[in-house]
Order: sequence, then C-alpha cells, then structure tokens
Amino acid sequence: MIYEELERQIEQLRALSRNGVDLSEEIERLEAKLEALKKQIAAPASSPAPSVELDDWERVKLARHPKRPYALDYIQALTEDFYELHGDRLYGDDAAVVAGIARFDGQTVVIVGTQKGRDATENVKRNFGMPHPEGYRKALRVMKLGERFGFPILTLIDTPGAYPGVGAEERNIGGALAQNIYEMLSLKVPIVATIIGEGGSGGALALAIGDRVLMLENATYSVITPEGCAAILFRDATKAPEAARALKLTAPHLLRLGVIDEIVPEPPGGAHLDPEMTMRALRGAWQRHLRELLALPAELLPPQRREKFQKIGVYEEIAELS
Amino acid sequence: MAIFGKKYFKVDLERLERKDDEALWMKCKACGELVFKKRVRENNNICPKCGEYFFLTALERIGILVDPGSFEDISRPIIAADPLQFVDEDGKSYSEKVKKAQEETGLANEIIVGRARIGGYPVILAVMDFRFIGGSMGSVMGEQICHAIQHAVQERAAFVLISATGGARMQEGILSLMQMAKTSAARKRLEDAKLPFISIMTYPTTAGVEASIASLGDITLAEKGALIGFTGRRVIKQTIRQELPEDFQTDRFAFEHGIVDNVVKREQLRDELIRIFRLFAPLLAPSAARSVEARDREAIV
Repeated sequence: MIYEELERQIEQLRALSRNGVDLSEEIERLEAKLEALKKQIAAPASSPAPSVELDDWERVKLARHPKRPYALDYIQALTEDFYELHGDRLYGDDAAVVAGIARFDGQTVVIVGTQKGRDATENVKRNFGMPHPEGYRKALRVMKLGERFGFPILTLIDTPGAYPGVGAEERNIGGALAQNIYEMLSLKVPIVATIIGEGGSGGALALAIGDRVLMLENATYSVITPEGCAAILFRDATKAPEAARALKLTAPHLLRLGVIDEIVPEPPGGAHLDPEMTMRALRGAWQRHLRELLALPAELLPPQRREKFQKIGVYEEIAELS
Repeated sequence: MAIFGKKYFKVDLERLERKDDEALWMKCKACGELVFKKRVRENNNICPKCGEYFFLTALERIGILVDPGSFEDISRPIIAADPLQFVDEDGKSYSEKVKKAQEETGLANEIIVGRARIGGYPVILAVMDFRFIGGSMGSVMGEQICHAIQHAVQERAAFVLISATGGARMQEGILSLMQMAKTSAARKRLEDAKLPFISIMTYPTTAGVEASIASLGDITLAEKGALIGFTGRRVIKQTIRQELPEDFQTDRFAFEHGIVDNVVKREQLRDELIRIFRLFAPLLAPSAARSVEARDREAIV
C-alpha cells in the first residue's frame, strides 16, 4: 500500500509539473524511495520472482515507470549508425515521434518510435510521448522511404495516445491515424512492431501494424487508459485499478486473445532494473522475426499482414437473424 | 436466449411505421415549438418550424436514401460475445448491456448491412445505429463491415458507410481497437477492385471509427449537423484547460480544415449520392432494375 501511495504522490506531482511548476527534484526523491521499495518487493536475489504474478494495475504502473527505457534507449543500444530524419514535409517536425535509418543485425532498417521525455524540459519537447498528426505523417513518410529501398521496418511504441488537443483535431489526427493504419497494411517490407511501454489506443495502433507484434512483458496495450475507462464506464476515475483489470491490457492477456505474437521477457521488477537484459531479449526477438520475414517473398507480406488483422475478433454466430 | 428464436432482428423497411400509440405532437428541442410528429417524419426527421435535425435510427436513414422496395438486409447472423467477461461498476455485464440494447432497438447489432439501389445504382450499405451502445465498434461491427465490403466487391456495387458512433467499444477492450485495423485491411479490397467507397459522417462520428474506416472513403461527406473528431470535446478541454472554439468538431470545422469533401443537407443526401454514382457508373454492375429516370439521365450525359 505504501507502494501505491508513493506512486500516487509521484503521479500527482507529475500532473502538477505539467502545468509549468518544476517539481522534478521532489519527484526524483520519491522515485528513488519507490525504487528501493520495489527492489525489496520484486527481486529477492535468490529467487527471481515470476513477474507473471504481477497484478494488471502494477503492470500499468511499470509500463509508465519514468525510469523505463524509452524508444531512443533501444535505438541506441540495439542499432548502429542511427540517422534521424525530421519533419513530415507538410506541417512540421513532431519530437514525440523519432524516425530514421539505422543498421541492425548487419542490415539497414527503418526505425520509428514514440518518444517520451526523461525530465520536465524534455517532456515539454516530446509532449509526454503524445504525437500530433505531423508525427504520424513523419512516421509514414519514413516508413515509405524504407519500402522504396527494401529496408525492413522496426517500430517502438510507448505512448499514452495521440495528443488530445485543438491543433491535433484541426490537422485531422483521426485521418492521420487511419492513413497510417491503412498504408502500413500494404507496405512491401517486413514490419516488426514492439510495444515497449504504454500502447495507448489508436495512437499506438497507428504504428503497430506489423507482420509481427511483440510486447515487452510489462508493457500495456489498450483501447483506452484505465483512467479514461473508469471515468466513462465506472463514472469514477479513481477506479482505474479495477478498469485496468477489466480491460485485459497486459501482455499475457493479449497473447491469449491472439492480438500479439510474442512476449519479450523483462527482468524481475521491470525493464528499468536491468536495461541490458531487456535489450538483449529484444535484440534476439527482432533478429529471429526479421530473419523469418526476410525469407518470405516481399509481395506476400502485405496480403498476409492484412489477413492477420482481418481475422481478429470474437463474436457469436447465430442461426439466422430473421 | 429466447430472444433469438423470435422473428425479430431481420430488418424490414416496410415495418418502419411507428406505433399508433405514440404521442402525436413533439416539442422541438431547438426552437421549443410544438410540432406534429407525422410532419417531422415526412420531413426526414427535420423540424418543420426551424430546420433542426432530429436523430435518425439506422432504418430511418436507410429509408430516406434507397429506392423504394430495393433494400434487403444482408447482415451476417452474428451477435456480440463477451470475450473479456466485462462487468462495469453497476455490476452489469456486457452481455446484459447488449441484450438490453437489442430489446430497446429491435436490432441484433449496432450496424445494419444491406443491399439496395440508389437512383438505380447497386449499393452495399453499412449503417450504424447510435442507440445501440452508442453505435460503438466491437468485433461484430468490424466483421459486418468486412462482410459488406466483400459483398460490394462480389456484386460490383458502391460501398456506402454511414457512421453514427462514439468510437470503439470499450467493453471488448483491445479487440475493439483491432477492429480499426481489421476494417482498414478489408477496405483495401475496394481499392483493388476499383469500387467507390463513400463515407458519410453524421452526428457523431468520433474516435476509433473516425480514426479508421470512416476516414478512408474515396469521397467523404458530412451530413449537416455532424460532429466529427478523434478525441471528445470534454477530454480535450480537461487536457488543455481552455475554452474550445464554438464550432469545434462541427460539420463546418471539418469542412474548413479539409477533413470532408462536402457538407450535405439530410434531405439532399440521396441526390448527392446519385450524382456521385453517375460518375462511377462504368465501374459499377449494371442494374437491370435501374430506374427509367436514371437511364434517361445517363443517356443525356
């Protein structure tokens, strides 16, 4: 319970600092405390605690953990010669999305990811990892560049969602998400999408149309945030933990529902406690999936990808409507 | 579930007439005038006094668009399952919610798929009904839209999607999010077959549906009075803590920001569609039953 209380305090401080107050020191102090506590709970050195037992809400908090590796951390650790590209050529450059070309496992790839900020200043720049339409359009532009040259595409998803703001709506955020989804379904190069933290709704899906969809063990992927779901369906935003359980938004649930293809293991207590181990695990998964996909004729990928997504859904057949 | 044994769900436009015991008069929510209900109905559910649009059910909408007698419900016989065993705070399960919506609307689902003719042109319609859990998109809607697209391709018909939806169906969790990808994948078949997809956005067309299939039309029309956007007004207001422009996410806003091709009055939607279909006519299957009027017009062109 102390654990949850600490998390709550940190979240409140973070909400405050979003309004311009700099509370980063205070936040860091609490986080350090929380960290120590978490290590006590989650990682007794002798027995690596099976983190599978973590409650869904605990996982939501791990997925949002401020020390968690972000997209650029993976890009730095797993690729070489990353060359970042900027701008959507239509409106601007959105720093909530990073996109570029890099070398991975001996070949050139395109990498696209949503990027959160590490501190208050960076978060202003990165908009807490919530992209505007120009971010998605930049992502699509760079992915199409990859298609032109036959570079496989790796995406890293960690976003609370597309940014809910006036400018985003004016520039047709819905249309931008739709376009990404539609175009990604037909790109003639392998796409491996990885949810590394928060997979927030349409804003996550618009980068997650992969031949393979991977998810880190403590990442979440959901149609709505637990807070949003609680506010709408339970009429009480503080019921977020219950909503988190109801939404089945963690990797094991999603694997069972056939929405993701593989869970990438994290060290006990979360990716941030041993980033190297997390990176190694993801490297292995990417290598394996890319090799499999590159062995297939490129023109087979789009129809297979579309078929993969067209199959998703659970409903009840009845004899007849009439 | 006894309800499914009844001859209950299949949509029949002939049964559209409302019950006699209904009140004869209604008060317009916009102008406050007392208006004769029958007049309102004959006027496409538009207030005869002030022009305010009243809500249309999916059936009423189909009724004002299609050639008389041409509509046939071809929805797949499927209904919502409860894959997450979702229970909301009132202790009500998703299954109960669906059942209640079915009883209240007389519909099996939040979307009706039908084959029809409009001005003689062959059309596959997919029409949402907002009364049914906010017209939200879960696995059933995703599948029905794919089913509709498949029929459009097989029959070389135009595909018309009429949205009235709050977005994804939360009670189906991630599966509802995935319907955005599913319907977008099916949409490719129309492109490959060179068949026109007309997306009509009405009040409201938001969130998961707006950010997928509804925004993928070859031609996108907003019905006058539509609400079009991704994130709801309330959420945006909470996030930015500022007043929003008055016309935010209205039909005009969507038009001015280049989100829709045209804003069309309800009473003109049918004619607008016919004008569009005429331009695509060579790509559509010839319809034996095409009206004389339509044939004459084509002859002139």
